[in-house]
Amino acid sequence: MTSTEKELTSLVQREYKEGFVTDIDADTLPPGLNEDVIRVISAKKDEPEFLLQWRLEAYRRWLEMKTPEWAHLHYAPIDLQDISYYSAPKQKQLLDSLDEVDPRLLETYEKLGIPVDEQKVLAGVKVAVDAVFDSVSVVTTFKKTLSEAGVIFCPLSEAVKDYPELVKQYLGSIVPASDNYYSALNSAVFSEGSFVYIPKGVRCPMELSTYFRINAMNTGQFERTLIVADEDSYVSYLEGCTAPMRDENQLHAAVVELVAMKGAEIKYSTVQNWYPGDEDGKGGIYNFVTKRGACKGEGSKISWTQVETGSAITWKYPSVLLEGDDSIGEFYSVALTNNCQQADTGTKMVHIGKNSKSTIISKGISAGRGQNSYRGLVKVLKGAENARNYSQCDSLLMGDKCGAHTFPYMEIKNPTAVVEHEATTSRIGEDQLFYCRQRGMSEEDAVSMIVNGFCKEVFKELPMEFAVEAQKLLGISLEGSVG
Amino acid sequence: MLSIKDLHATVDGKEILKGINLEVNPGEIHAIMGPNGSGKSTLASVLAGRDNYEVTSGSVTYRDQDLLDMEPEIRAREGVFLAFQYPVEIPGVTNVYLLKAAINAVLKHRGEEELDAMSFLKLIKQKAALVEMKQEFLYRSVNGGFSGGEKKRNEILQMALLEPHLSILDETDSGLDIDALKIVAHGVNALRNDQRSMILVTHYQRLLDYIVPDYVHVLAGGVIIRSGDKSLALELEEKGYGWIESQADAA
Repeated sequence: MTSTEKELTSLVQREYKEGFVTDIDADTLPPGLNEDVIRVISAKKDEPEFLLQWRLEAYRRWLEMKTPEWAHLHYAPIDLQDISYYSAPKQKQLLDSLDEVDPRLLETYEKLGIPVDEQKVLAGVKVAVDAVFDSVSVVTTFKKTLSEAGVIFCPLSEAVKDYPELVKQYLGSIVPASDNYYSALNSAVFSEGSFVYIPKGVRCPMELSTYFRINAMNTGQFERTLIVADEDSYVSYLEGCTAPMRDENQLHAAVVELVAMKGAEIKYSTVQNWYPGDEDGKGGIYNFVTKRGACKGEGSKISWTQVETGSAITWKYPSVLLEGDDSIGEFYSVALTNNCQQADTGTKMVHIGKNSKSTIISKGISAGRGQNSYRGLVKVLKGAENARNYSQCDSLLMGDKCGAHTFPYMEIKNPTAVVEHEATTSRIGEDQLFYCRQRGMSEEDAVSMIVNGFCKEVFKELPMEFAVEAQKLLGISLEGSVG
Repeated sequence: MLSIKDLHATVDGKEILKGINLEVNPGEIHAIMGPNGSGKSTLASVLAGRDNYEVTSGSVTYRDQDLLDMEPEIRAREGVFLAFQYPVEIPGVTNVYLLKAAINAVLKHRGEEELDAMSFLKLIKQKAALVEMKQEFLYRSVNGGFSGGEKKRNEILQMALLEPHLSILDETDSGLDIDALKIVAHGVNALRNDQRSMILVTHYQRLLDYIVPDYVHVLAGGVIIRSGDKSLALELEEKGYGWIESQADAA
């Protein structure tokens, strides 16, 4: 390692500013998983019988499944009997206003910069927020404004009670419980998440976002998000997430399902900042997530944008089933792995409808001993006439102990398909850094500028107010202790 | 402005500069010529503070400060500018972004107010005209897909913007056709005044037809073997480096 590489590596030693713990009494189930635990979760949520049965069936399927081992990830097996599957801060039920929310919870979100007060704005824009703390939603803002537009935005546990028909119709319709090991586990024990329904022809009047916070020790977070965009509607949704710094690994296994009807568009953005573990790889979140959307109708569009900077392990492949003719699927990703972080992430674009199009732009940044893998599948079914795909996977390496890997898969069953794949790997050059410093920039600013330039094509897909956040986050991740 | 005394420097353990002495006063232009491998570019890199170039002895005083003691970015902010022989590409970072970051780093260092977007744009458009650079280049990635000549013009644009006290032009003429050379020379000459000093590192006399130096130095084997006025460059052009090297050996 040359001196500059050492400096580069030290530049990416991040300080995790969200790593604090909120001291609050919690109602936490003892560790362990069995049918009784599932019954307790369901009872605590006061769920209808159909959902309990759905959970139990998922659990039984899960018992027969094995942990997936095909990803380019190395970690000690997770003891799922050692985790608590439910933890909720103790507070009064049915909160009508912010005044009734425990101030310590509000303080937590305040510290994280999440506007849970409707008077507060994020980067000058009003954003509706559903704040999920461990296993429950503590507050959802702008519900009234949204309902005037006909938009439903509420915690999933509330939707189950208030809109059981919608939930019954769509829950598990895109990601079936039996889809994979982690989706089955999630289906059995999921405790919270957000539900969004945009009626026909409605353009959601503001950005929606859910902010997930893990706080309790030895618990897993298993949230489930369901977004349904009816014909010719539009919604832009963002999720963010953080967790305290702990020496133990914590499991996060989420499921996100998106449904876009004819002419509808869903833009789903993620800024993932779970605790990544320390320099030596101790602690951090294991992030095993299944995200999938279906472009059901003609001309529908689903766009995934993700900025993955946290987690010790990231395993996620936000995918699009392009069922409708002329439907569009997009995946824009920036994944940063530093220290001992590992990420195996990418997408699946399944072309079913005619003239369906997909775009994949993946930017992987590896630093320290980080390992970053892009894994993507482009599948064109027999009936998908004139399907188009463009994939671009770029990797940026900092230092000589990290790794970048690309696993592109293609299954093309229709000869009219046009599929393009481009991939590059580069290293932040000493020459680039020296050039910037010779123009008066500090080394930190130079690294941050070069990395942001590398990620630009993805950042421009983020909603404006979040692009700023994402840039800052990468800035923080790359902030170092240059002497 | 700049005083180099008995400067020795190594690259990968190999001594390249073997005792350079050079005095540059305000307003002077010094051309440093020499055959390939004589240490011209090494001298430029050492003055700018590039990594992996180790100064083993000697001193460099710049405006009454120890230049060698400063980080590269501090040298830049103090007014030392290097026009690179091979300007690098930075994908995704627009030229204007880099230019604005650069000028503001300098202004901040001087304790002056940083430029806002409006005043910066006004200034950069004016400077771009000086090197006949189309505005679209300002919005492209730094040097991304630029031709050799465009890259060099971009270096001069940066120099014009930053208005350095001491500019070091490292083979700025290499790879330029005659039209591009004239544009670059015009840009450089426009910056010339009695306060600013320049060091032109070049292989050929050609550049010196357009930017007329006050002094010419010939570098060979890591030392300056001969200094003179601009006529020395013409003599070199005529007789070649071999002539002067053999003279130096004889002496």
